[in-house]
Amino acid sequence: MKEKTLKTPRAKGGLKKISAAIGEYKAISIWTSVLVAVEVLFEVFIPLIMAQIVDTGMNDELTAFPFILTFGNLKVQLFEMSDRTLFIVVCGVMMVVMALLSLICGALSAKLAATASTGFAGNLRKKLFYKVENFSFKNLDRFNTANLVTRLTTDVTNMQNSYMMIIRILVRAPFMLILSLVMSITISPKLSIIFAVVLPVLILGLAWGTKVIFPRFEKMLYKYDEMNESTQENLIGIRAVKAYVREDNETKKFKKVSETVQKLQFSAEKIIVIAFPFMQILVYACIVCIILFGGREIINSHNGATQGMTVGDLTAFLNYVMQILMSLIMVAMVFMTIVMSRASMDRVVEVLDEKIDIEDGENAKDIVPVDGSIDFDNVDFSYKNDSSVLNLENIDLHIRSGETIGIIGGTGSAKTTLVQLIPRLYDVFDGSVKVGGVDVRDYKIESLRSAIGVVLQKNVLFSGTIKQNLLWGNPNATDEEIYHAAQAAQAHDFIMSFPNGYETDLGQGGVNVSGGQKQRLCIARALLKHPKIMILDDSTSAVDTATDASIRAGLKKEFGDTTVIIIAQRVSSVEDADRIIVMNDGKIDGIGTHDELISNNDIYRDVYLSQQKGSEEEEVSENA
Amino acid sequence: MPEMQTSFKAKSPAKTFKRILGYLKDYKALLIVALFCMLANVVCNVGGTFMMSIIINRFILPLAEGKEVILGALSGVGALGGIVAIMASIYLIGASLHYVYNYIIIRITTRVLQNVRNEMFEKMQKLPIRYFDTHTHGDIMSLYTNDTDTLRELLSNGLPNIITNVLTIIGMFIAMLVLSPLLTLISIAMLVIMLFIVKFIAGRSGKHFVGQQYQLGALNGFIEEHLDGLKVVKVFCHESAEKAEFDGFNGNLKEASRQAHTYANVLMPIMGNLSYVTYAITAIAGTFLAINGFGGMTWGGLVSFMMFSRQFSNPLAQMAQQMNGVLMAFAGAERIFELIDQEPEEDDGYVTLVNAKEDENGNLVETDEYTGMWAWKHYHKAEGTTTYVKWMGEVEFENVTFGYVPEKTVLKNISLVAKPGQKIAFVGSTGAGKTTIINLINRFYDINDGKIRYDNINITKINKADLRHSMAMVLQDTHMFTGTVSDNIRFGKLDATDEEVVAAAKLANADYFIRHLPNGYDTVLTGDGENLSQGQRQLLAIARAAVANPPVLILDEATSSIDTRTERLIEQGMDSLMQGRTVFVIAHRLSTVRNSDLICVLEHGEIIERGNHEELIAKKGKYYQLYTGAFELE
Repeated sequence: MKEKTLKTPRAKGGLKKISAAIGEYKAISIWTSVLVAVEVLFEVFIPLIMAQIVDTGMNDELTAFPFILTFGNLKVQLFEMSDRTLFIVVCGVMMVVMALLSLICGALSAKLAATASTGFAGNLRKKLFYKVENFSFKNLDRFNTANLVTRLTTDVTNMQNSYMMIIRILVRAPFMLILSLVMSITISPKLSIIFAVVLPVLILGLAWGTKVIFPRFEKMLYKYDEMNESTQENLIGIRAVKAYVREDNETKKFKKVSETVQKLQFSAEKIIVIAFPFMQILVYACIVCIILFGGREIINSHNGATQGMTVGDLTAFLNYVMQILMSLIMVAMVFMTIVMSRASMDRVVEVLDEKIDIEDGENAKDIVPVDGSIDFDNVDFSYKNDSSVLNLENIDLHIRSGETIGIIGGTGSAKTTLVQLIPRLYDVFDGSVKVGGVDVRDYKIESLRSAIGVVLQKNVLFSGTIKQNLLWGNPNATDEEIYHAAQAAQAHDFIMSFPNGYETDLGQGGVNVSGGQKQRLCIARALLKHPKIMILDDSTSAVDTATDASIRAGLKKEFGDTTVIIIAQRVSSVEDADRIIVMNDGKIDGIGTHDELISNNDIYRDVYLSQQKGSEEEEVSENA
Repeated sequence: MPEMQTSFKAKSPAKTFKRILGYLKDYKALLIVALFCMLANVVCNVGGTFMMSIIINRFILPLAEGKEVILGALSGVGALGGIVAIMASIYLIGASLHYVYNYIIIRITTRVLQNVRNEMFEKMQKLPIRYFDTHTHGDIMSLYTNDTDTLRELLSNGLPNIITNVLTIIGMFIAMLVLSPLLTLISIAMLVIMLFIVKFIAGRSGKHFVGQQYQLGALNGFIEEHLDGLKVVKVFCHESAEKAEFDGFNGNLKEASRQAHTYANVLMPIMGNLSYVTYAITAIAGTFLAINGFGGMTWGGLVSFMMFSRQFSNPLAQMAQQMNGVLMAFAGAERIFELIDQEPEEDDGYVTLVNAKEDENGNLVETDEYTGMWAWKHYHKAEGTTTYVKWMGEVEFENVTFGYVPEKTVLKNISLVAKPGQKIAFVGSTGAGKTTIINLINRFYDINDGKIRYDNINITKINKADLRHSMAMVLQDTHMFTGTVSDNIRFGKLDATDEEVVAAAKLANADYFIRHLPNGYDTVLTGDGENLSQGQRQLLAIARAAVANPPVLILDEATSSIDTRTERLIEQGMDSLMQGRTVFVIAHRLSTVRNSDLICVLEHGEIIERGNHEELIAKKGKYYQLYTGAFELE
């Protein structure tokens, strides 16, 4: 599917960045171009030999048959034969040999071009993927998956095709053009004047066409994207469409867009279809002129090579004319393709240019945090790096190693934001976050994160077996360790209830398990790390309350030394924590035990009562 | 991703081709004109080249030898000019006709594509939910993008080119025969050899292209899944393992596409140069013929023949190259037709919902005006009478059994009655069948056994649109559509006034955050409401239901992503919205279901407990366990 580009200024130096992906295929690329040039060279001489056959071999009046190459006034005699038949056969064999040599060069260059361009594309994809792998959360927030997938596949394929065209056709066509031009001037400088008229017309015509077509195509493609986007939207929301009986309305909407697309498509292609007949007319005009003027030349020279133009010259000339025009058309087509793939290039460059904002610092220490203590010292945070839009404000929080901390707060109160600063998924705007007494920015990212188990709100499991997924936490875990972690996460029993147990295939994105099971697997996966800090971001929302309680009990029993941070909607999930943090609008509204908060925190009491008693007669005094 | 499951071979090309032609039926007259233009264009092209031999033989050469040539009133060089002028006009006519038929073709193509797209979309709207359960979004979207693209290619390029190429080949063949049957024979022999080579290479190339598509699909799947989970990758510092795995997929794709492109690339130089070999052989043979005067071969004739000989292989090579594209387009068209041929959602309901009022005698009668009172218009065929039943919102399940697939029953023997205005809650673990139950009420799925009655009418008798109009749903996954916030709320009721929209938003407690959006109610949402939080989207979905204002509400986990405080605010609004309405609610949080009139505890597709909160607590069964589990830990 086509994606709209993110709105960023066109990347400068993008071409340089992309051409870096040629890498080890540079030599092959150059060989491709060289072989293409050789192929053209052979090809160009073929009509010349043809002219020799016609002019010399077929001339009744001659008794000796010289093979003469003419370069303007310079005539070079390569050989001379006395037998007509032999001469023709030799010429024919020469032609065949040239054609075969040209064929070999051509085929070889074709093969090399395939190797070079697919190699280039492979490198480019690799560069992109590696880059994306290094993205920070903030970088990732800017691109969505579908968007990135398009860049790595469709866009790279477009670049591959463009590259192949550049090393083959963009070498072949201009080379052919120049050589053919030289050849035709050699045959008849006078007739060549035709090119001086036709070529500018052709170039101007193509330039005009491109100028007119391009904006029309852009407009059409934009509308086309829009149509596909709204179709996808409809597809995703089909249940809402059906529930509200909006089918007819949606169809009406679609038909309107599809009609616009049709009109725009027609208006763009209408211009394109002028192009071909236009070129055809030019080619024909050339042929007509050549025959008319060439014919007169032949008449004047009485078809004698010594006097001037011959029928053989005429055929050779016509051949070169064809080649010149074809080359021009090819160059135009290649340019069109390259211009069209400009959008692809921009999108690829945009990814390559993305500045990664979280990287190991220069003095990053390769040590693992000594314990699971966490300190937030006057932390400010902003997703937009803008002091006027702070998402967390002046957070001062100190968590001892081994503590269990609950976090409660309304939607958008920045609970998730707060915990994501601990494994340095985002960097603070001001202040500092310390783990084990050391600023998180002073650790190597890998050593810091290896000590922290995070179960994200958006859980993801990958294709493969349950075991393969759990091993993410620790590739060297023994079966016992796996069972242990799964038991603590209350996942062991349901895993064993599957016919294949731990070898059960999860399918793409873990589609073969329910939401609650998925959450428990994700917890087990994180536990396998034996983390010093365990962060559960609303990770039991789909788990029933009884299992939820068992998970917490299992954590306490088996992972007593681990600092546990639980974000939850349910008070029951955090009630027994050592301390509970109440978040409100990016600030800490209260910290304390359940009992303390019940007595001194309005928000907490509110939430608790709402869940305890349902929505009976509680008065709600303030807005959330 | 689209490329993944698509096949490249059409199952029954002939049938598909016929059906594609069916779309061209409306353009018969235009098509005939286009076909005529193609034919005339080919005649002009071949004729033009043929003219060349005439000009050289009958004009240039005689004139060069000093003979007199006459064309009508013209003579000498003037005659040459005359005949060239005729050739020029033939070419000019040919090129103009070319433009005419191209114009016609794109006119038809764009229209046909529009029709196909409309037909697909219209059909898609009518398909049962089941269809969307069994087809991925990627696969369906690929019909609108990849498959229509190949179809466009087929209609605007593939078919016209094949027609003109076939005509050109026939035309050239005739012209060559006229010029020299002997040389034609040589050309044909060479051509046959070339065709074999083309067939071999094209076959190889096709096979490797399938391999490439397969590898591309594999890579695509990997990237999609792993980029989607990239945040998890980062949390586990799994980047290097990911990179290594990617390198494997990437390497496979590189190799597969190298092979595919090698064969595809090689075709051009081989064809081009072999045509030179043909040219050389023909030239030698032709020269012998011309020297010896065999078969009436003349110099001019030879020149013309050589031109044909060079051009003869072009249309054949083009056709060979296009065959793959044509087959791919057929495969794409087959997939499109498969969608169009899907059985639409069944709707043989004849009971409709009409505006009603009570007449003097207290009887319900139908009326055109909006009264706020609605009635089910029930036509009894047997008696030929029409009765009106007041729309109350009573829903009854009687021994309902259902399974998504025949082999697996999801719901067993469900019976329950929801009186108008009652709140019915379903609780139970994931997969117990809660969502399934509510999907049966509005006939997203049809039951296998038992009956569901709505105001005492079997829902299969009710017109589906009216049935769904009469209830509002807030689903687990909320979806926004591109448009303003108002538009999205108005999705519930198209003709809602601005005041109604605001009132609904206020009811759902969405008004507050909407007013804080950059443009308030006119803020444009894009990409499924990506600029909103999940909670905000749910508030909008609730507002959407509120504006629809139906007597039956279905809330599936509607408040799961909203914090409990906000949820309580919504519940207040909801409570007033629920006033006098029948409500079905699914929630994990027992606090949200406490005040229900009837709570059904589901397990493995069966209702294992039912009653109100107090009754179920007193029962000390599963509900009690669930409920107390939430507050009495350890």
